[in-house]
Amino acid sequence: MTIRCEIVSQDRTVFQGDVDVVVLPGADGEMGILPHHAPVLTTLKYGVIKVRRGGKEELFAVSGGVAEVQPQIVTVLADAAENVEEIDVARAEAARKHAQEILAKGLPVDSDAYLAMEAALRRSNLRIEVARRYRKSTTPFTEHPEQ
Amino acid sequence: MASAREMRLRIRSVKNISQVTRALEAVSAAKVRKAVQAVTATRAYATKAWQVLTHVAAQPGRESLHPLLMARPNPKSALVIVLTGDRGLAGAYNTNVIRYVSQKFERYRLPVRYIAVGRKGRDLLIRRRKQVIADFSNLPAAPSFSDVSAIGRLAVDEFLKGQADEVYLIYTDFINMARQVATMKKLLPLEVKGGEGLVEDFGAAKNGPAAAYEYEPDQREILDVIIPKFTALQVYQAVLESLASEHAARMVAMHAATDNAKELAGAYQLQYNKMRQQTITNDILDIVGGAEALAAK
Repeated sequence: MTIRCEIVSQDRTVFQGDVDVVVLPGADGEMGILPHHAPVLTTLKYGVIKVRRGGKEELFAVSGGVAEVQPQIVTVLADAAENVEEIDVARAEAARKHAQEILAKGLPVDSDAYLAMEAALRRSNLRIEVARRYRKSTTPFTEHPEQ
Repeated sequence: MASAREMRLRIRSVKNISQVTRALEAVSAAKVRKAVQAVTATRAYATKAWQVLTHVAAQPGRESLHPLLMARPNPKSALVIVLTGDRGLAGAYNTNVIRYVSQKFERYRLPVRYIAVGRKGRDLLIRRRKQVIADFSNLPAAPSFSDVSAIGRLAVDEFLKGQADEVYLIYTDFINMARQVATMKKLLPLEVKGGEGLVEDFGAAKNGPAAAYEYEPDQREILDVIIPKFTALQVYQAVLESLASEHAARMVAMHAATDNAKELAGAYQLQYNKMRQQTITNDILDIVGGAEALAAK
C-alpha cells in the first residue's frame, strides 16, 4: 500500500514517487500521512519533509508552502524545496551573509525588498541547519523525474 | 528607371537590413529558448496549484468559503488584464492579442476596464479609447515571481473592493515555435471547472473529489494565503507564456524578413546586372559604329 507523493517548487518538480509515508511540517505541528488519509489542506512551516519507502528515507528542506492531502496523493506546493543531499552549504552560507548585510543596512521594514531579504535569510538558515543535522544520516533512494 | 548608382545603393541598404534582421532573429532564438525553459519549469507548479484550487472550489458550500470564490449575483463591471509585449517587430503578436480582446469585449454586457501589461498593448488600448486603470510596462526580460505579483494583487484588490465583479486574463499561449494562440482565462471569481463557457482550460485539471477538506490551521486563514497567491501565480505563468510567445513570434517574423530581404536583394542585383550589361552593349555599339564610320571614309 503506497501513497503518491509529489513535491513541486515554483521552478521545478523536486520529487515524485509512490511512498509508504510522508511526514509534513504542518502549521500545527508534524503530520504523518499514510495512504487513505482524509483530505487535508494545510500550510507548511519552514522545516523538513520526510518521505519513507521500504525502510529508506529521503529528506527535503521546505521553506513554507501548502500541502494538499488526498487519499491517494499528497501534493506539496513549496515556496522553495530541495533534497537535503543537494543543499549547497557554501552557497547557503554566502546567501545568509549577503542577506544579513543587506538587512543590517536598515531597509524600511514592511517594504517588499525587506520582506524578500528576510525570507531569503530564513531560507538560508533553514538550509544550513537542515544540512548540518540530517546530511548523510540516510540512504537516499532515487526516483527523480528526469531533469 | 533608377540609375546604376541608385541601384547599387539600394542593394547595399537591403543587404544591411537583412543583416540586422538576421541578428534580431538570432537574439530572439536565444531568448525564446530561455523563456521556454522558464515556462516549462513553472508549469508543474502552476498545474498543481490549479488542480488544488479547483479541488478547493469544488468543495461543498463553496459560496461561503471565501470571497474570491464567490460569483456575484449582479455583476456590474469587468476587469481585463491584457498581456502584450513592450516592443514590436514581432509579426502579428501584439495585434493578435488586441484583436482577441475586442472580439471578446467589444460588445460585452458589462462596462470593461483594463490593466495593460506591456507598452504595445497599453498604446493600442488607449488609442481605442479604452479605460486603462493600470499599466505594467518594462517588465524585466526574465521576470521573477515578485516582479509580477503586483499585477495579481491589484486584480484581487479591485475584486475585493467591489470595483470589478469579474476579472479576466488575456495572454498568448505558447504551443510551439510556430504556433502561439491568444487565450482568455477567468481569474476571479474562481471557476469550479476549467474549460467551461468562455474560459479555456489551463492544465489537466480533473474534477476533484467531493469530500470536504480538513483545514490546518483553519479554513479561513489557509484560503486567505493560498487563493491570492495562486491567483498571482496564474498571472505569472501567463506572463511567462506570453514572453515565450513574443520571442517565438519575433523570431519567425525576423526570419521571414531576412528571407524577403534576400529575395529583394537578388531581384535588385539581377536588375542592376541587366542595366550594366545594357550600358556595356550600348558602349560597344557606339564604338563599333564609330569605327565603321571611320573605316567608311
